[in-house]
Amino acid sequence: MIEVKNLVKRYGDNTAVRGVSFTVEKGRIYGFLGPNGAGKSTTMNIITGCLAATEGEVTIGGYDIYEDPVEAKAMIGYLPEQPPLYMDMTPYEYLGFVGRAKGLRGDKLYKAVDSAVAKTGLTAYADRLIKNLSKGYKQRVGIAQAIIGDPEIIILDEPTVGLDPRQIIEIRELIRELGQDHTVILSSHILTEISAVCDYVIIIAKGRIVASDTLENLTKLYEGRNYVDLTARGDEDKIRRIINSIPGAESAELDAGEMGRVHARIAMQKEVDIREDLFFRFADAKVPILSMDYEEVTLEKVFLELTGDHFEPGTVAAEESGEEAPAEEIPAEEPSAEESVPAPEPAEKLAEPAKNGNDDDYTPLFGGNGT
Amino acid sequence: MSAVYRKELRTYFTGMTAPVFIAFILLMTGIFTVVYNLQGLYPNFEVTVNQVVFVYLLAVPVLTMRSVAEEKHSRTDQLLYSLPVSMTSIVMAKYLAMVTVLAIPVAVMAFYPLLLASFGTVHLASAYGMLLAFFLLGSALIAIGMFISSLTESQVIAAVVSLAVTLLIYFMSGLANMISADASVSLIAFLALAAVIGLVVNAMIRNTVLSLSVTAILALVTIGVYLVDSSLFAGAVPEILSAVSLFDRLTTFQNGMFDLTAIIFYLSVCGLFVYLTVQSLEKKRWN
Repeated sequence: MIEVKNLVKRYGDNTAVRGVSFTVEKGRIYGFLGPNGAGKSTTMNIITGCLAATEGEVTIGGYDIYEDPVEAKAMIGYLPEQPPLYMDMTPYEYLGFVGRAKGLRGDKLYKAVDSAVAKTGLTAYADRLIKNLSKGYKQRVGIAQAIIGDPEIIILDEPTVGLDPRQIIEIRELIRELGQDHTVILSSHILTEISAVCDYVIIIAKGRIVASDTLENLTKLYEGRNYVDLTARGDEDKIRRIINSIPGAESAELDAGEMGRVHARIAMQKEVDIREDLFFRFADAKVPILSMDYEEVTLEKVFLELTGDHFEPGTVAAEESGEEAPAEEIPAEEPSAEESVPAPEPAEKLAEPAKNGNDDDYTPLFGGNGT
Repeated sequence: MSAVYRKELRTYFTGMTAPVFIAFILLMTGIFTVVYNLQGLYPNFEVTVNQVVFVYLLAVPVLTMRSVAEEKHSRTDQLLYSLPVSMTSIVMAKYLAMVTVLAIPVAVMAFYPLLLASFGTVHLASAYGMLLAFFLLGSALIAIGMFISSLTESQVIAAVVSLAVTLLIYFMSGLANMISADASVSLIAFLALAAVIGLVVNAMIRNTVLSLSVTAILALVTIGVYLVDSSLFAGAVPEILSAVSLFDRLTTFQNGMFDLTAIIFYLSVCGLFVYLTVQSLEKKRWN
């Protein structure tokens, strides 16, 4: 349906997109996930022909977006980040204009406008001027504009921004419904948003694709692999030996703190809990455990990890091959998360077990999405 | 294309732009018709039209300022880019919508000679020839205004620059007479022109290196030609200025001649600036 090859977009010295390639198949809902400024909107603008790429090519249903723009664009309905609305029109007039520009006439046009208005729940507001509508309803008019005339591909750039929780749920329902007979690409910086509706996830960070798989595969790959954060007082080598003797422990990083304290972060095999084992073996060896904390890896943490500042795209390959040979690769990307908390005080560690470079500016985003 | 055309026309008429534009032109034409033709008992409507032509100085910038700048400002240009409509059709639709707004007062003005004819003998052919030239002059100025609007996101800047440019065109032949015919003056004028072209190129493509090299090449060519044969430059500026003066061409029509070269000149200016607007918008996607 859509084929994107090696997209590069430079703004002067700043490179927004660096070599993005992916393929979109018919009849699925794709999630484009990445933090703010990752290059999501730029990529979508290029796919829809609003922006020209510096390098690379985009074909839509076999039509190149630059060679045959009219044919390619006829297959797409696009809602940009900021809904492109004419404030002095009513939704009816506006949708009439968009429908007509998409080549609909007469009865077909009326039906298309009516169905877009009905699907987005705008019926009661369709005769008011757009400038008098609330942000949520403006967003709906934008979505209605994208779905009018049943384009084969619907591309929505952050469609639920600014909506209240109830509207978010309605829009998700609508997207799911649209996904039954359209190809939908949805961008968001909110993971729950993507995991709620998408079949396939493309995670993008700093202009590169860092992961691209179905939601089940991503979940299978990363979830259920958990960590234990442990602080004990004793000799570092001794502690390492004890940990290595536990069958469920996959790997561990240790670093010595003040006053003979050693902090260890132990990766466990999937679906295994080694905490009791740890306790008894440390007790047997007369090494006191000062604190122990259990950390569950969710898709959310994986996302933070993949899009974090310290992440290098190269480690994705290691991460993925890590499924067959899970021995040493996994912690490869962990150290810097640890380094960001030098000489951890136990209490601090307990309070913020998942301290990560990116955590601070990210967490609030999850608070506001209402699910 | 028809969708964008209809949308544009709707915007002009739901807002105040088109009514004010039409009312202003008709008011001025009305005053001049009363003064010249009704009170002055002058049978030549073409003279009246040639007097009224200054209305374009104010009316055209008001009409064209929002045409492209506002789309960019409110980000609705993204919608236009993503619609299955080519850039040429979008620009043509916008341009034709503005020309349609202009056609309304011109159509009303077309009744005046008939009205005057009921009181005596009126040269209908020269009156309508003049009216056609008046309309084409307006269309050419609208094309220039639309191009200026496509260079900026701000309606105010678009309006002010359009006003300055139309004023410059209006006084061009007058200025031409004031400029000395000396070759060195022409040299300076051409160098300044090279700099202006560089600025316009820069506004269109936002590439400093390329715009500077365009200016440098033009300047070098100018200086080169000047060094080889400076006599070519003598009197060049006044001649060129009066040749491209859009308003001056109306004098021929006022004298009762149908000047085909002027018609072709106006149409070329329309075509050129519509083309430049398309290029300016295409380039915006590339920067």
